[in-house]
Amino acid sequence: MLAKRIIPCLDVRAGKVTKGVQFLKNADLGDPVAMARYYYEQGADEIVFYDITASNERRGIMIDVVRAVAREIFIPFSVGGGLRTLADMRAVLLAGAEKISIDSGAVRSPQIIAEGARAFGSQCIVLSMQVQKTGIRPEIPSGYQVIIDGGRTPTGRDAIQWSREGERLGAGELCINSIDRDGTKLGYELELTRTISDAVSIPVIASGGAGTPEHLRDAFTRGGADAAIVASIVHYGEHSIVDLKRFLRTVGVEVRDAVTFDGSAP
Amino acid sequence: MIVRPKRPMIAIVDYKAGNLTSVARALEHLGHRAEITDRPERIRTADRVILPGVGAAGATMENLRALGLVDVLRSDIVTAGKPFLGICIGIQVLLDRSEEDAAACLAIVPGRVVRFPRSVDGRPLKVPQIGWNRVRQLRPHPVFAGVPDNTHFYFVNSYYPVPEDPAVAIATSDYGVQFTAAIARDNVLATQFHLEKSGACGLKLLDNFCRLRF
Repeated sequence: MLAKRIIPCLDVRAGKVTKGVQFLKNADLGDPVAMARYYYEQGADEIVFYDITASNERRGIMIDVVRAVAREIFIPFSVGGGLRTLADMRAVLLAGAEKISIDSGAVRSPQIIAEGARAFGSQCIVLSMQVQKTGIRPEIPSGYQVIIDGGRTPTGRDAIQWSREGERLGAGELCINSIDRDGTKLGYELELTRTISDAVSIPVIASGGAGTPEHLRDAFTRGGADAAIVASIVHYGEHSIVDLKRFLRTVGVEVRDAVTFDGSAP
Repeated sequence: MIVRPKRPMIAIVDYKAGNLTSVARALEHLGHRAEITDRPERIRTADRVILPGVGAAGATMENLRALGLVDVLRSDIVTAGKPFLGICIGIQVLLDRSEEDAAACLAIVPGRVVRFPRSVDGRPLKVPQIGWNRVRQLRPHPVFAGVPDNTHFYFVNSYYPVPEDPAVAIATSDYGVQFTAAIARDNVLATQFHLEKSGACGLKLLDNFCRLRF
């Protein structure tokens, strides 16, 4: 049986992390490489970087970040944000990322999912989506709608249908971010997570709303998620990956033991 | 004049697929000298050989054939007894054949490669397996030195090896079915999981392989 994964998320703008890991001592707070290494050593199962750099000419900076991170951490990590073409994806993968995350670009041209899966394998392609509860309408039978452009543009697409479509096109995993819960620390949107994980047969990553260790437990048990994104719950030192995993183990959720080189726990 | 012994060279076989650079970066991090190459003479003169990768069995074998590397690998591994490590697709092509693409493989280890079942006990099984799974060590082997039993390693696979001789299996894992996760026979070592993406324990296993005397 696979371990449930905890995935810290780092927002990167022009090569710097926007929300610093404040308790990290003696390190450049904005340095994505130092933070990735920190979470790696804590036992993160994967790391996701979202490039929120607005302009295209700065894309090269993110590639440099990916290359530097790949020299320091030896777990899978994914990169998302502004990837629109196969060439964008290839550059990120060649720089050392294991996976690429596509979001608004996939809504605009869904074929990019199929092309990416064909070129690099489904295991490389994470379809990420921002979802808002907008009420049941004929075109939104589940009541959950996909929103793009950083939460600004409603698409008229049903989140459950888009999840199925993404799987059919070749996405290897789905990352479901609840806009309603993002930043609230009220817990993941469990109904949404459960509905999607029942609707597809690829791994589902819950995102948005983690505030307590119990929220992670709920995402994995009631929500049926295979992995959970964490951000402020770990960035500001309220919890560490180590103590989240300790808690999850006590409530019977299978998580990976982080082991250091000499075989001891961190 | 001090003559420094040259560090042993590890050849990472480039068969035009998969992400080979992650294995190279892990070796570099560990302080080993590695070279990604598809040149038969570089592979022949290397001290150790690693066949890593993400890919399909059929395409991998086609590429190895097209590059003229099938005989190089077979004579290096079987006849010369050079330390060899296969990772992921690199374990699968060691066997006789694979269900994937009905591929004829290197036939260095007798056996075959089969797909995970589509369902177990009436419940669908997510294939490929993507994630961290526990690896149970079946017998002591120096490559496991310092690595606790039942450690999680990172897997990405739809197929798994079924060696004819169960004694070559040194580790198993469970994903719907119990399957062989690592094999060892003389100078040949291979893992279904990705050592280069499995954190400190993956690196430890990789380092152990690079230091093993066969």
